[in-house]
Amino acid sequence: MAVLLLAEVTDGALALDATAKAVAAASKLGDVTVLAAGASAAAAGEEAAKIAGVAKVLVAEDASLGHRLAEPTAALIAGLASDYEHIVAPATTDAKNVLPRVAALLDVMVISDVSGVVDGNTFERPIYAGNAIQTVKSNDAKKVVSFRTASFDAAGDGGSASVETISAAANPGLSEWVEDKVAASDRPELTSAGIVVSGGRGVGSEEDFKLIENLADKLGAAVGASRAAVDSGYAPNDWQVGQTGKVVAPDLYVAIGISGAIQHLAGMKDSKVIVAINKDEEAPIFQVADFGLVADLFDAVPALTEKLG
Amino acid sequence: MKILVPIKRVVDYNVKVRVRADGSGVDLANVKMSMNPFDEIAVEEAIRLKEAGVATEIVAVSIGVKQAQETLRTALAMGADRAILIVAADDVHTDIEPLAVAKLLKAVIEAEAPGLVIAGKQAIDNDMNATGQMLAALLGWSQATFASEVKVEGDIAVVTREVDGGLQTISVKLPAIVTADLRLNEPRYASLPNIMKAKKKPLDEKTAADYGVDVSPRLEVVKTSEPASRSAGEMVPDVDTLVAKLKDKGLV
Repeated sequence: MAVLLLAEVTDGALALDATAKAVAAASKLGDVTVLAAGASAAAAGEEAAKIAGVAKVLVAEDASLGHRLAEPTAALIAGLASDYEHIVAPATTDAKNVLPRVAALLDVMVISDVSGVVDGNTFERPIYAGNAIQTVKSNDAKKVVSFRTASFDAAGDGGSASVETISAAANPGLSEWVEDKVAASDRPELTSAGIVVSGGRGVGSEEDFKLIENLADKLGAAVGASRAAVDSGYAPNDWQVGQTGKVVAPDLYVAIGISGAIQHLAGMKDSKVIVAINKDEEAPIFQVADFGLVADLFDAVPALTEKLG
Repeated sequence: MKILVPIKRVVDYNVKVRVRADGSGVDLANVKMSMNPFDEIAVEEAIRLKEAGVATEIVAVSIGVKQAQETLRTALAMGADRAILIVAADDVHTDIEPLAVAKLLKAVIEAEAPGLVIAGKQAIDNDMNATGQMLAALLGWSQATFASEVKVEGDIAVVTREVDGGLQTISVKLPAIVTADLRLNEPRYASLPNIMKAKKKPLDEKTAADYGVDVSPRLEVVKTSEPASRSAGEMVPDVDTLVAKLKDKGLV
């Protein structure tokens, strides 16, 4: 039983953490073939070949596959599907864009954001913003699955898979890339960071969000934000943690000035240790926090930053 | 240009849902239901395109139980012109899968011939994030998911998408499927006069059988369980204690 795994490739570079976590999840299903697709993907393919558990790597390089447009990428995967029982990917925005399209082309359901693999047909996934876990058994001949990377440990290195170059599918020519606006960051990537420090509405302004960033930098952490902080313009969209943002499960999650709405908890309640700093002792965040401090964040956060030095 | 907006009746986003003790699902009896928040954003965007002279008519479509007509009335009160309800379930606990919904929507689209479809990016009940993409695949149309800005320019739409790491702008050929992200707009509230007027707007009621679509599930729900609960935490009196606790655990 073979598994085709769409590697997360951005501008020719492999997102190793997301791909390795998906490989770890997919290894439970069968032999894993990784597909690296992009305008340039050879280097990403070479890197993917070194992930433990990868049996084979397919590299598809074509201008039409640049910027990960859904139509040509889905056509490529659907064209390869006959050899595989499972078609999987890490649940990133790229995969969420492409995989349902692939599934419909194959006339099968997609199983999104899988957090547990029971067997080759049976999967666990969170529903209702993570307030329930549903176990579903697929009756489809092919299973199209995205894996919630925060639920799996990354596969190690030491693999030596063979790499084969394949050609792209015909470009349907329905869409074109115009531009990217990438938020530059030297910090660890949010979904793979060991520590995440997040700020919410309580931070009050874009300037004061520097307090959150300073603490994060002291801890070598990634910076997250609640929807309220993003909507108020304190932090960029791609920092949002929650049901509609990113799902993280770091060793340590520090929630500052965040009340703890259902939609935010959906993105972080699988963190190993949660610390909450909030001046409202009734805030729901304290119900999931391992350590809670009722304090004004403008006093507590600078003090915390200093004492961690 | 006609715009079609699929909307879903879901549990209200503020409700803390309860899992039934027998593992058969989430208890939806006597729970407040509302329009899926992403679908409100989709309806709002369609109305704005009509106000800008881009769209001529907005058709809202919902699939599910009979009560979904309340959700369609909400869309009509916001500014949609007419509505189509496809009754495909008898029980509120039956969630029609995205693949079946996409097939029904495809049939509606073939009859209605809209130039643009605006859907929500995901429903907050099943959290699938799939229907729009599946619909685009079935129709062979272009797709622009997680949209935070939509500009229609002649026979293309220029759409800015929220992706991991920032924003991506693409142009897609019309007709296309766009799925709305949170940042696309701020949906309006329906005013009381508009709620009254919406009662007189046309609402066609159909069934899945009218479109010849089989809505039986591909995924069998084996069980639904509570997520693992977290053990009770402790409150610390000051920053020093917090730092000591974190150092003790080897976290900092």
